[in-house]
Amino acid sequence: MAVTARQRRTGLAAWGFALPFTVLFAVFMLLPVASSLYMAFTDMHGADLRTPLAVNFVGLDNFVEVLADPKFQQAAGNTLYFVGVAMPLTLAVALLLAVLLNSGLVWFRSVFRVGFYAPVVTSIVAVAVVWRFLLQPDFGLVNSALGLVGIDGPRWLTDEVWAMPSLIVMATWRNVGYSMVILLAGLQGIPRDLYEASAIDGAGAVRQFRSITVPLLRPTLLFCAVITGIGYLQFFEEPFVMTQGGPLGATNSVAYEIFNQFGFGNYGLSAAMSYMLFVAIVILSYLQFRLLRPKS
Amino acid sequence: MTTTSLPTAGGTPAPAPTPPAASARLDDAPRRRRSSPRAILLNVALLAGLAASLGPLVWMVVSSVKPEGEIRQFPPTLIPDQVTWTNYTELFASLNFPRYFLNSVVVALVVTVGSVLFSAMVGYALAKLDFPGRRALFALVMGTLMVPGMVTFVPLFVLVANLDLINTYAALVLPFLAAPFGVFLMRQFMLDVPDELLDAARVDGAGEFRTFFRIVLPQTRPALATLGILTFLGSWNNFLWPLVAVQSADKYTLPVALALYSTGQNTVQYGLLVAGATVIVLPILIVFLALQRHIVQGISTTGLK
Repeated sequence: MAVTARQRRTGLAAWGFALPFTVLFAVFMLLPVASSLYMAFTDMHGADLRTPLAVNFVGLDNFVEVLADPKFQQAAGNTLYFVGVAMPLTLAVALLLAVLLNSGLVWFRSVFRVGFYAPVVTSIVAVAVVWRFLLQPDFGLVNSALGLVGIDGPRWLTDEVWAMPSLIVMATWRNVGYSMVILLAGLQGIPRDLYEASAIDGAGAVRQFRSITVPLLRPTLLFCAVITGIGYLQFFEEPFVMTQGGPLGATNSVAYEIFNQFGFGNYGLSAAMSYMLFVAIVILSYLQFRLLRPKS
Repeated sequence: MTTTSLPTAGGTPAPAPTPPAASARLDDAPRRRRSSPRAILLNVALLAGLAASLGPLVWMVVSSVKPEGEIRQFPPTLIPDQVTWTNYTELFASLNFPRYFLNSVVVALVVTVGSVLFSAMVGYALAKLDFPGRRALFALVMGTLMVPGMVTFVPLFVLVANLDLINTYAALVLPFLAAPFGVFLMRQFMLDVPDELLDAARVDGAGEFRTFFRIVLPQTRPALATLGILTFLGSWNNFLWPLVAVQSADKYTLPVALALYSTGQNTVQYGLLVAGATVIVLPILIVFLALQRHIVQGISTTGLK
């Protein structure tokens, strides 16, 4: 089929629009994604920085080494702990707040909405510094408040047991507002008639929540779960600022370990870990799609 | 997935979709229900939650104007005995924070303007123009939508080092000018621009670029604003890449400077740290409060797409 002059003109104009993005995208996104896979199978180190093509292929050695490394195993366990607790907690609190704000009994709904969302726009580094100060064991606000009711608070961030829960609470505090706002918008999309009709049929609030709210909110919950999960799997700033991964590696995350190995100049190893983290992200997203998709 | 469109009210944020529905729903007995014991309990609980949400930020600002001695006092003073600006003067006079602040502002502004413009351009082409390679380009954009920075920063560092861009503003800006999420978002909104409008412009003899700048961009202003705000926030708060890409202090952005300062000291000066955190957070919070309807509504819309 012959291409008309007009089609050719449109095609040229379209590529004119697409060109700036496409060039930058190819150089700064596609190329790194591809070379990340290449690097994961080489013994590239910091000394090879200027000659990235003159390195040896080592097959799966990096992956074997990473998986056998107790530090990585601990970091992977910590990451699962963090995601496994913080993600359900964040979604549950966000859903609770959204349902309460949607109830029609709230006095200043937009004030609450803005107030709960405010932590989301803050820099993680900045609020991690603030939380380190809040959790300071001797004069921090948290232990001071606990002292008022006679509780001797732990040394949160230097205690092996309490360090991770501290980071989880902080992450939940910062991220709840995002899911809450999206869930609230989802709730407002559910027709009121459904609730009125079921109320006439004698359904109580709990029954309505389980039979109307949750099923109809499923796609929105899925979206929030995926976004929150992807973010949490990469948690890095919190331990970097608050604990440096300690005490005794109790808050070291996979992302932090990737950063550390990069810092040691082990580029191949850290590329291999990056890919494993990416696979984990894909798996988590897939599982959530399976778990939360509409039941047929 | 359905495509919901943002209200096309130009620069002014449209009213939130809630109030009409809420008032209609409350018509039966609004006064009685809102002051019932249940409602009071609910609102008190929400107020407690609000205190927990804003408390750390308020505490940050309050503590930043206390002298170090008062900060380390037990029990802490809820209202400062002595208000002092020494933490801020030290940050700005002896710790080079003006430089870091300027770096953060410049990088965020350039990234925002550049990436929103490029996203809009390619989004328009993907949504409204037929060209060879369109499907492949869109598939690549969608395929990289979920690739996080944590996966690409090592090869990106190698690449940027070989381009001799380490320690430059270009290193901080260039990788963020191509934003797959922005392209995805803009394409979705460009799909809603009526074809008749574009055809009319072409009939009037406007070229493709004129049509884009005169017709398409004004039509999608709310989407541009939302994407612009989100991009600015992302750049302002970005940490991993600036930490990796610049090594000399004169190129630090605010989060990098604060993080390195907070982990590099032997004796922690909390007054300086919370003042530094305030410098990062407070401007953003003020912008957020000014534009909150736009932001919150934009977030809900992108979430529902």
